[in-house]
Amino acid sequence: MEAEVKEKIVSIEKPHVEAPPDWQPVIMGILCNWCSYAGSDLTGTSRLQYPPNIRIIRVPCSSRVDPWFIIKSLQTSADGVLISGCHPGDCHYISGNYYARRRFLVTKRLLNFVGFHEDRIQFSWVSAAEGPKFAKVVTKVTEDIKKLGPLHLYKKENISQT
Amino acid sequence: MARVGVFVCFCGANIADFVDVPAVVEEAKKIKEVKYAIDYKYMCSDPGQGMIRDAIVAHRLTSIVVAACSPRMHEKTFRKALSDAGMNPYLLEVANIREHSSWVHQKDKKAATEKSSDLIRMAVAKSMANEQLHEISVPVTKRALVIGGGIAGIQAALDIADARIPVVLVEKSPSIGGKMAQLDETFPTLDCSQCILTPKMVDVASHPYIELLPYSEVLELDGYVGNYKVKIKRKASYVNFDTCTGCGACWQKCPVKVPNEFNMGIDKRKAIYSPFPQAVPNKPVIDAEHCTMLIKGKCGICAKVCEKGSIDYTMQDEIIEREIGAVVVATGYDLWDPKPYEEYGVGRYKDIITSLEFERMVSASGPTGGVPVRPSDGKIPKSVVFIKCVGSRDEAKGIEYCSKICCMYTAKHAMLLHHKVHDSHAYIFYMDIRAAGKGYEEFVKRAQVETAATYLRGRVSKIYKKGDKLMVRGEDAQIGQVVEVEADLVVLATAVYPYKDNSDLARLLGISYDKYGFLSEAHPKLRPVETAKAGIFLAGCTQAPKDIPETVAQASATAAKVCGLFAGDTMLKDPMVSTVNTDYCTGCQNCVTVCPYQAIITEEIPLGHGSKEIRTVAKINEGVCQGCGSCVAICRSMAIDLAGFTDMQIINEIVSI
Repeated sequence: MEAEVKEKIVSIEKPHVEAPPDWQPVIMGILCNWCSYAGSDLTGTSRLQYPPNIRIIRVPCSSRVDPWFIIKSLQTSADGVLISGCHPGDCHYISGNYYARRRFLVTKRLLNFVGFHEDRIQFSWVSAAEGPKFAKVVTKVTEDIKKLGPLHLYKKENISQT
Repeated sequence: MARVGVFVCFCGANIADFVDVPAVVEEAKKIKEVKYAIDYKYMCSDPGQGMIRDAIVAHRLTSIVVAACSPRMHEKTFRKALSDAGMNPYLLEVANIREHSSWVHQKDKKAATEKSSDLIRMAVAKSMANEQLHEISVPVTKRALVIGGGIAGIQAALDIADARIPVVLVEKSPSIGGKMAQLDETFPTLDCSQCILTPKMVDVASHPYIELLPYSEVLELDGYVGNYKVKIKRKASYVNFDTCTGCGACWQKCPVKVPNEFNMGIDKRKAIYSPFPQAVPNKPVIDAEHCTMLIKGKCGICAKVCEKGSIDYTMQDEIIEREIGAVVVATGYDLWDPKPYEEYGVGRYKDIITSLEFERMVSASGPTGGVPVRPSDGKIPKSVVFIKCVGSRDEAKGIEYCSKICCMYTAKHAMLLHHKVHDSHAYIFYMDIRAAGKGYEEFVKRAQVETAATYLRGRVSKIYKKGDKLMVRGEDAQIGQVVEVEADLVVLATAVYPYKDNSDLARLLGISYDKYGFLSEAHPKLRPVETAKAGIFLAGCTQAPKDIPETVAQASATAAKVCGLFAGDTMLKDPMVSTVNTDYCTGCQNCVTVCPYQAIITEEIPLGHGSKEIRTVAKINEGVCQGCGSCVAICRSMAIDLAGFTDMQIINEIVSI
């Protein structure tokens, strides 16, 4: 049974499809408006550079992020997802990021269980003052996803074939 | 049929230098729904906004995407442009191609261009699901609640009431006045605290727009900005304030003696008491903990001597409710307990007192008639050591912050000591002298010159007893030597600490507080008097240590905020709030649990159309909802959605690239 599960886990990430040499991953970044989105703006105003693979979606609070968004991203457009909110204790909406934190842990374990590499779903806490940290986080996530390669097998167009 | 207009901004060279803007426009034109796309040098400028307005009309656009700087920057500007063209402002989406693209990918124009196109694609996709939203109009109850009757609460209440807005002022002790009433003279002018405070206290009591509730506490706060409901407990005073004349016969005859809190326990008060002679209201209350009549049912002297028959031993606590629109929290501070400083012998040596005890002693109306005395033997001290920063700026034993007022009042104490005991000498151990404020540095200089006090820069390491004197051993860092000073009296400038029940009050009000218990302002610089909860404001030391001028200034600022809030009959609120689709709601109430604002309640609706059976569903109070979206993500049946950030909008963004 366990071997069977493991076999299935391996099946989403592998067989590793050789990425074309000019392949660039797409990373979906879902950021809370008050801390991380503001932090990412600060990265811009400070002209700090990071890889151009991330596409940013603004939500009011990290607690607004439905696991559905993560799954849908991986299913349709993204090779990895980054969710970022206010530091625990600093939530603009008092306690939203605590709910988010718990929800993400479960989501991550679930996705890991069904076969996604854990680095494909990453979470961070970036405050409105942490422009450099945001650049660092995006750079790290991009590098992680590049190492993992394209996420082919779960994509809609491939599901019927596998 | 959707007709989207895309407007791409050059932002001078900020975007255009690193993103191929014309290529982005061409790419945008390929999107099926985009009927019009154009670029311009400065979209936020008046001609730029004019282009948007004209295009909306000319091309019958149904939603607008502006690709420019961050929406945190100019979303409001562009929304207004839409409004001006007669379009619902919430049909706007902003693609952030400056902060998120041109500025962060300056070395890779191709990638930045591609990314910008993607961001526009996402914004266009999101705008497909945008709906017309309208600002929510919330009625306002024009009455303010002020919690705390110290100088902050008094000033706030008077300023609000002077604007002809009714105020409910709640004070937990029998009289208003707070800490300022305990002070003798105030720095830097040395004017008498009572002389400037008591007229204000009388103003409060006689003001037609102020309802003064002394000896009361706030129990509950429900509702939201403009529409709060507060429950206040009026503690039983056992004295009928309506008939009591405050003659004082009762407290003169009362046989029970209790340490007097107002005088820091230096003398005694009675079980029926008015805290100080200038108290407002000047009516006594019975201290139920100590009154023998209330404990054992024996005595009753006060009732016998009261000519008006105002004493009523059967009086009960009374709960009253008021509808209010805004709250000013002005609960003030407590002094930090210096117990951890064991090496000072706090608690062991009677002649070590706190600054507020010293303040009461030198007060003309104080327990010693304005003369400082040694608590151990009642002698007048000739050599007094003042130790600053007891608790403050001491991470090891106390707290990290600076209490702000101690440098000034210690200089004042040196002066008061000099005025009261001419042949005395003050020694002041200090870390730094922080005298920032109008006339403050001059005041400290004046104190040093007039009193010839010895300022010793360094910490005290030990205090021990030698005969009837206290030996204070410390370091004089300026000569690099250990010094010992023989003292008759030691005064500790203990730290300003939040009022002990602040954290409970904060939870009750639903506002946040820091690790010490000081209540948190919404923004440390730009919103210093507001809290994160709309309609609740902070004044005075409840937020951070402050001196009197600052406290008064902040109190007046809260009054301005309250008056601003009440300027109209209704308030407009952002329409980005959650709504429940009751068809889908299963009544699990997970949303009720996660809502940080208690904005969700349940309601009962018919099971089916015309059915007599009922089912429970969630109901969101849009006046309270702040639009965080916690409830949307937790909802199992997808019955809740958040306007402006709907599931559809976000999923559209995700699948568009």
